[in-house]
Amino acid sequence: MNAFFLAFAHLRWTWARSLVLVIVGALILSVPLVTQVLLRGSEEALTRRAEATPLVLGARGSQLDLVMSAVYFSQDRAQPISRAAEDAVWDSGLALPIPLHTGFQTNGARIVGTSLDYVDFRGLRIAEGRQMALLGEAVLGAQVADRLGLGPGDTVVSSPENLFDLDGVYPLELQITGVLAATGTPDDEAVFTDVKTTWIIAGIGHGHDDVVTPDDAGNVTANAAITQFQRITPDNIDSFHFHGPSGDYPLSAVLVAPYDTRSGTILRGRYLDPENPLQMTVPAEVVAGLVDRIFRIAALLDAVTLVIGIAALGAIGLSLFLAWSLRAPEIETARRLGAGRFMILRLAFAEIALLLIVSAGIATGLVTVVTMNGDRLVAWILAL
Amino acid sequence: MIAARDLAFAYPGGGFALKVPALDVAACERVGVIGPSGTGKTTLLNLVAGMVRADAGTLTVAGADLATLDEAARRRFRATHVGFIFQNFALVDYLNAYENILYPYRVGLGLRLDTQVRERAHALAEACGIAHRLKSHPTALSGGEQQRVAICRALVTQPKLILADEATGNLDPETKEAILDLLFDRALDMQATVLAVTHDHDLLPRFDRVIDFATLRQPA
Repeated sequence: MNAFFLAFAHLRWTWARSLVLVIVGALILSVPLVTQVLLRGSEEALTRRAEATPLVLGARGSQLDLVMSAVYFSQDRAQPISRAAEDAVWDSGLALPIPLHTGFQTNGARIVGTSLDYVDFRGLRIAEGRQMALLGEAVLGAQVADRLGLGPGDTVVSSPENLFDLDGVYPLELQITGVLAATGTPDDEAVFTDVKTTWIIAGIGHGHDDVVTPDDAGNVTANAAITQFQRITPDNIDSFHFHGPSGDYPLSAVLVAPYDTRSGTILRGRYLDPENPLQMTVPAEVVAGLVDRIFRIAALLDAVTLVIGIAALGAIGLSLFLAWSLRAPEIETARRLGAGRFMILRLAFAEIALLLIVSAGIATGLVTVVTMNGDRLVAWILAL
Repeated sequence: MIAARDLAFAYPGGGFALKVPALDVAACERVGVIGPSGTGKTTLLNLVAGMVRADAGTLTVAGADLATLDEAARRRFRATHVGFIFQNFALVDYLNAYENILYPYRVGLGLRLDTQVRERAHALAEACGIAHRLKSHPTALSGGEQQRVAICRALVTQPKLILADEATGNLDPETKEAILDLLFDRALDMQATVLAVTHDHDLLPRFDRVIDFATLRQPA
């Protein structure tokens, strides 16, 4: 106990050094565990959602980008396809097509334009409010609602897809009608609206507002620059309409739910031709390849972590050694006062033990926090 | 208290060597040791404290024949029978004054810290006039206050023998006299013997006896 008393007193006296050692120790202990927790969580989440998504139809190119964009609403942007691709699946009678338009964001959350079939397909449930029904209405994923502190009756405004959209494409105010129950999937981080609403954000559809309004002075304003965003209201909803052939309207991808295995096989066969600008991917296969790659990288990461850990332990050892060198006068005094032969060893052991205990406590706390919020963190990572 | 006959000691490597034909110090005696630097005064204190073992001769301190004690026994003897006071105070900077006084009980073999010891530490601090500074760390204390803490630390184990190596060397004239008086008074209270190395000839009249080391030792 005397050794621990002296060790604690010394660590407290040199608190800045102790703090650094404890933080480094906690990181050495927690980083590999946190990485494992997140990797396993990511693998499970990726695989679970991929396996729940039979097929994805999208533009030919990177299968991974297509799957990440359509299934996990990541920042990866696959080339858009036309709505005709969705119609073709409808017309085949082999599967249920669910359109997806994921080109826009609001307050850092992905706006997912889709149909109500998506809600049934994913088994989503309204926790608060009601389902979207009209143009301009939206429902929030649980995490988005929580993060923004919004609910039914509130509104969000879409962000432009890029700076070039400032020229003529106005952000659209979305009326929130409901909040989805949490699922621990990327759906929690998304804002869902009807695909037609995203086409209005894209400028393909629009309404006609009376922007010619005399002010108090009798001046007439007829400049579109005064409009900060569009708003769909009961008064103007009937004026909204779309231009051009509907088959040309853009989609990010189409989720395809075959009615049976045979239908799925037939559908996949139709998109095997490399000349076809469309591809039909099986998310489970793409994700399996991704997970395999991630774990190979994780093995490398483990090796790097090990090397860094050894280097950090070396630095900690050097720090302790230097500290003991500075304590030579104290050790000599202790020897004169009749200290035992192993006093230095006992003190060193007690000091290292205390540092380890505190580091392990912090590391345990970190790992616990990460484990408890694993689903949320994994969903956030997958949405990056 | 101390009886040495034909004491001989040489540091490994054949450097400095010390020979003391005879040395006797009675119980409760206050003995000053003077002599030029490098004549072995500190080495003598180390021999008497059992820090090092004599190569030849006999040395009995507080009834213990140090030549027959092994390393662990000499550490235990030192912890329980000897109090040390150093020129540089040798306080532990990360402990406050109170914990510095109790430091021998944190490191010394055969010592047990209990309520009685804590009460004795408080009483010593009171007697040495530092009761109000017990929560201060050494860096916040003056030289005189630090040496008072060191005296309390040397006395808290109720040693039979107090060894002081230039205990007043770092203090101003007024403080050094006060410190020496304090040491002698407290030693007297505890019936302890004092063997003090000093270069300060002004303080010599305060000792019961002075040993001039230049005449005591024989050249190696």
